[in-house]
Amino acid sequence: MARFGMVIDTRQCVGCMDCVVACKTENDVPDGFCRDWINQRLEGTMPDLRLTITSERCNHCDRPPCVSCCPTGASHVHEFGRIVLVDHEKCIGCKACLASCPYGARFIHPDGYADKCTFCIHRVEKGELPACVAVCPTYAMHFGDLDDPGSELNRLVASRRHFALKPDAGTQPRIFYLE
Amino acid sequence: MLELVTTRDNPMIDPAMHVWGWEIPVYLFLGGWVAGSMVLAGWFMRRGREPGDRCVCDVLPWISLVLISLGMGALFLDLEHKLYVWRMYLTLQPSSPMSWGGWILVLVYPVLALGALRSLPGDWLTSWPALARLAAALREPAATRTLSNASILTGIALGIYTGVLLSSLGARPLWASAALGPLFLVSGLSTGAAFAHVIARNPVEQAALLRADNAFLAVELALIGLFLVGLTTASAVHVNAAALLLGGPYTAVFWVFVVGLGIVLPLAIQTLMASHRIPHTLVAPALVMLGGLALRFVIVSAGQYSHWISP
Repeated sequence: MARFGMVIDTRQCVGCMDCVVACKTENDVPDGFCRDWINQRLEGTMPDLRLTITSERCNHCDRPPCVSCCPTGASHVHEFGRIVLVDHEKCIGCKACLASCPYGARFIHPDGYADKCTFCIHRVEKGELPACVAVCPTYAMHFGDLDDPGSELNRLVASRRHFALKPDAGTQPRIFYLE
Repeated sequence: MLELVTTRDNPMIDPAMHVWGWEIPVYLFLGGWVAGSMVLAGWFMRRGREPGDRCVCDVLPWISLVLISLGMGALFLDLEHKLYVWRMYLTLQPSSPMSWGGWILVLVYPVLALGALRSLPGDWLTSWPALARLAAALREPAATRTLSNASILTGIALGIYTGVLLSSLGARPLWASAALGPLFLVSGLSTGAAFAHVIARNPVEQAALLRADNAFLAVELALIGLFLVGLTTASAVHVNAAALLLGGPYTAVFWVFVVGLGIVLPLAIQTLMASHRIPHTLVAPALVMLGGLALRFVIVSAGQYSHWISP
C-alpha cells in the first residue's frame, strides 16, 4: 500500500504562492482561510544571512495526533496512500484536532467542520498530481510514494540534506524539505 | 536575528492558537465540581445515619444534575458543527479521551438520577407511589452500597478525564503532563467539598467536609508543584511552556488567583476554622470555587498559547 508524501526543494522555491492560489482554486477554500501557506525564515547576522522559504501544509503524519484525539473518527487515515482526511459528516467541530496539531495545519471551515490539506486526493486517485505540485513554476515540489524505494522522493531524500518540520513533536511528518 | 514571515492567517490559529474560549474552562470547572460532588455524595451515602438525619448526599445529586447540564450546555455551545453532535455516540474511540468523556457523561446522568431518586421530597413520594417504592428500594443497604460505589467511580472517571483530555493533546507543551488528570480531579474534589460544606446542615458532615477540603487543597498545591517541576525539568519546549506561568504573561493571574486566593488563603482560613479559632465563613469556600474556575481558565488559555518552538 502506498504512503504518499512530498519533497520540497527550498533552493528552488521562490515563494511565488502559486501553490497557495492553486489550492484555494482547486479545493474552493473560502476567503480568509488557507490549506497551504508560505513561510519565510530569515536567520543570521548581516552580511551572513540565510533565507529559507517553505511551502507548508498538513504533513499527513505517520503518527497523526489529530486522528488519535478525534472523538468521532472523523479524522482518519485513508487507506489510499495513508492520506490523513476529515469526514465532514462525522466532524462535530470540537477543535481537539486543531489543538493537537503542532503545525497549525487545520482550521474550522465556515460550514463548521475541521478542514485541511487532502493532498488533493480527488486528483491523485485519477493519477494526477496535487494542484500545488502541478502548478509549481520552478518544479520545487515533488509528490509520490515514500514506500517505493525507487520513487523520485526517496531518490531526492537520499541525495540531499533535508529536514522535516518540528521532528521533535514526534508526529513523523511525511513532507521533507531539501536544504 | 531570526525573522519569520508567514502568509497564513487562519482564524483561531494565527497569530496564536485560540480555539477554545470561555465555554471549555466553564465546562471543565462544572465537570470537576460535579465529579467532586459525586465522590463526596457516594462517600456520605454509605455512612450509617440516624433516622431524620439530613445528609448532604441527598442534595448533591440534584444540584449536580443541574451543574452537569449547564456544563454540557457550555460544551455544546463550543461545538462548531453542532447538528452533528450525535456522532459522538455512534462510536467509542479508544485513543480519544474526548470520546471517553462523552461516554462517561452518559454514565453520570443515570448515577446522579438514581442518587436524586433516593432523596425525593416527601410530597412527591405521596403523589407518586411508584416513585416512593423505587426510592425505598434504592435506600436498601445493598442498593445504597452499589450506588455509592458507582457514584465514587464515575466521579473519579469524570474528574480525571477532564485533565487527561488536555494532556493527550501533545502539540501543546504546557498540557504535556501526567499531573493534569490528578490535578483536575483534586481541584474538582476541593470545589465539591467547599460547596458541600456550605450547604451541609449536619454538623458532623460539615466538620468532615472542612477537613477533607483542607486535605484536597494541600494535595492540589503539591500537584501544582509537581506539574511545574515536571515541565521545568523537561525539554526546552516544556521549559518555555512553564515560563508562561513563571514570569510570562499568565504568571500574575496564575499565582494570584489560582494559587494565592484560590488555594493558600482559603487553606489558611479553613485551617483556622477547623481548629475553631475563627467562626465558619462563606469567604473561604467561595475562594476555593473561584480558584477552581481560575485554574481551568489559566490552564486552557496558557496551554493553547504554548507551542513547539522548533521550525
